[in-house]
Amino acid sequence: MTGVRVAGVGLTHFGRHPERTGRDLFGEAALAAREESQVPPEDVEAVNYGNFMGSLSERQGHQAPLMAEMAGLQCPATRYEEACASAGVAVREAVKAVRSGEADVVLAGGCERMTNLSTADVTEALATAADELYEIRAGMTFPGAYALMERAYFEQFGGEREDLAHVAVKNHDNALPNEYAQFHRAITVDEVLDAPMVSEPIGLLDACPVTDGASALVLVSDEYAEANDLDAPVSITGSGQGGDNLALHDRENLAVTPATERAAAEAYADAGCTADDVELVEVHDCFTIAEVLALEGLGFYDAGEGIGAARRGETTATGERPVNLSGGLKAKGHPVGATGGSQIAEMTRLLRGDHPNSEYVEDATLGVTHNAGGTVASAVVHVLEVDR
Amino acid sequence: MTDAGYDEWLDAIDDGEGYYLECPEGHGMLPPRRVCPHCGSSDLDRASLPSTGTVETFTICYVGGPDFEDEEPYATAIVDFGDVRLTGVVRGTDPEDVTVGMPVEARVGTNRTTGDDLLVLRAR
Repeated sequence: MTGVRVAGVGLTHFGRHPERTGRDLFGEAALAAREESQVPPEDVEAVNYGNFMGSLSERQGHQAPLMAEMAGLQCPATRYEEACASAGVAVREAVKAVRSGEADVVLAGGCERMTNLSTADVTEALATAADELYEIRAGMTFPGAYALMERAYFEQFGGEREDLAHVAVKNHDNALPNEYAQFHRAITVDEVLDAPMVSEPIGLLDACPVTDGASALVLVSDEYAEANDLDAPVSITGSGQGGDNLALHDRENLAVTPATERAAAEAYADAGCTADDVELVEVHDCFTIAEVLALEGLGFYDAGEGIGAARRGETTATGERPVNLSGGLKAKGHPVGATGGSQIAEMTRLLRGDHPNSEYVEDATLGVTHNAGGTVASAVVHVLEVDR
Repeated sequence: MTDAGYDEWLDAIDDGEGYYLECPEGHGMLPPRRVCPHCGSSDLDRASLPSTGTVETFTICYVGGPDFEDEEPYATAIVDFGDVRLTGVVRGTDPEDVTVGMPVEARVGTNRTTGDDLLVLRAR
């Protein structure tokens, strides 16, 4: 089985671009990835495209062929939809295609246009990732869903909002030098605690913003990289995916995320590593509590122990295992269908040494990305390693 | 729109004859279901929903979707009814007075924005 290398990454700025179409956003990211990879367009054999709510925000279904066209590619294109994990799944399927020998080159990524919608309409569109009959009709929103998990966590394990505020402060600090990030603004613990409530106990600064943006990666086989003398030092060495009941109330324990545990177990076994080998992580911090649930699910902390990680400084840029050096969803932004690809683009830059925060992980060789859908009814984990 | 399985279930709650589906292993679930999502059994029977459940977790939502704009702020709770849990809007008390462990009853109310039926968890 061949290895899979990241030959090029492309990102748009993540932020408010209400006037820009999704097709233009993805075109920008895809062309940037193509240019960095130096792979000629006729060599790209498939486009794997992640998108969640384009049918609602742009009334555009059947987006994948359109996106291939915008990327200047004439090849089969498929849209992957797994809520906020859409691009993670698109990348995973690209990894499988290359490994199987089905393709030597796949362009994978995703896009989401969101800020053209009102807050109420974007809240409604995001909520469609939950159970329509039994959760959405009952008034559950996405911030509400994570608030239900957060209170369940506090009840079961303890911890307080101030612990979580340190997650937001950390991720805003990490986003400061990232040219692609939505927020370039340091915040304080008091600001997080005093922010208006969205869905108590989740306040405005516990939540990721609403974001437009796109991500793209050119993934190639080891053989293709070697034959074409590509400069592609980062490989995807592990991939895993886990699932869970869609509705929160159907899960045994509301304060843990077994889909992440399953995805991590598969990805670590695939890469031949353990949680202890992981030197840096990009996790799905759509809300501050989500970062904690991810770190526990990925095996870095026992259940109930991860909540103090940021406050203790273990996950900051200078900590023992930096988490979300890109700024995370919280401060870099969360264009839902693009996020899973963005995490791998950021991890690639961090490991290659050309990310503004690479200085904190100069000697690191192994990083992990974690992309979650809904209330973690889907989770995708990838292991990335760099040649040193 | 008709949603077979769900509509009858909600009507049954409204009539005071609430139920859930149960497999021989005792896993509870909400209709429509053909197999138990926990053990795969297709031997599912109706069981009576207990009259009272207890709040396991809740949130006070200040920013809802368009279908709930006349409800804000409102409390959404996940309530433990023994072998099954329900998610719903808590009524009959101020959202600020909802607590974990609080007893509630499953009822059917009206969504104040859309006029549609709404699963309500009424404080006892």
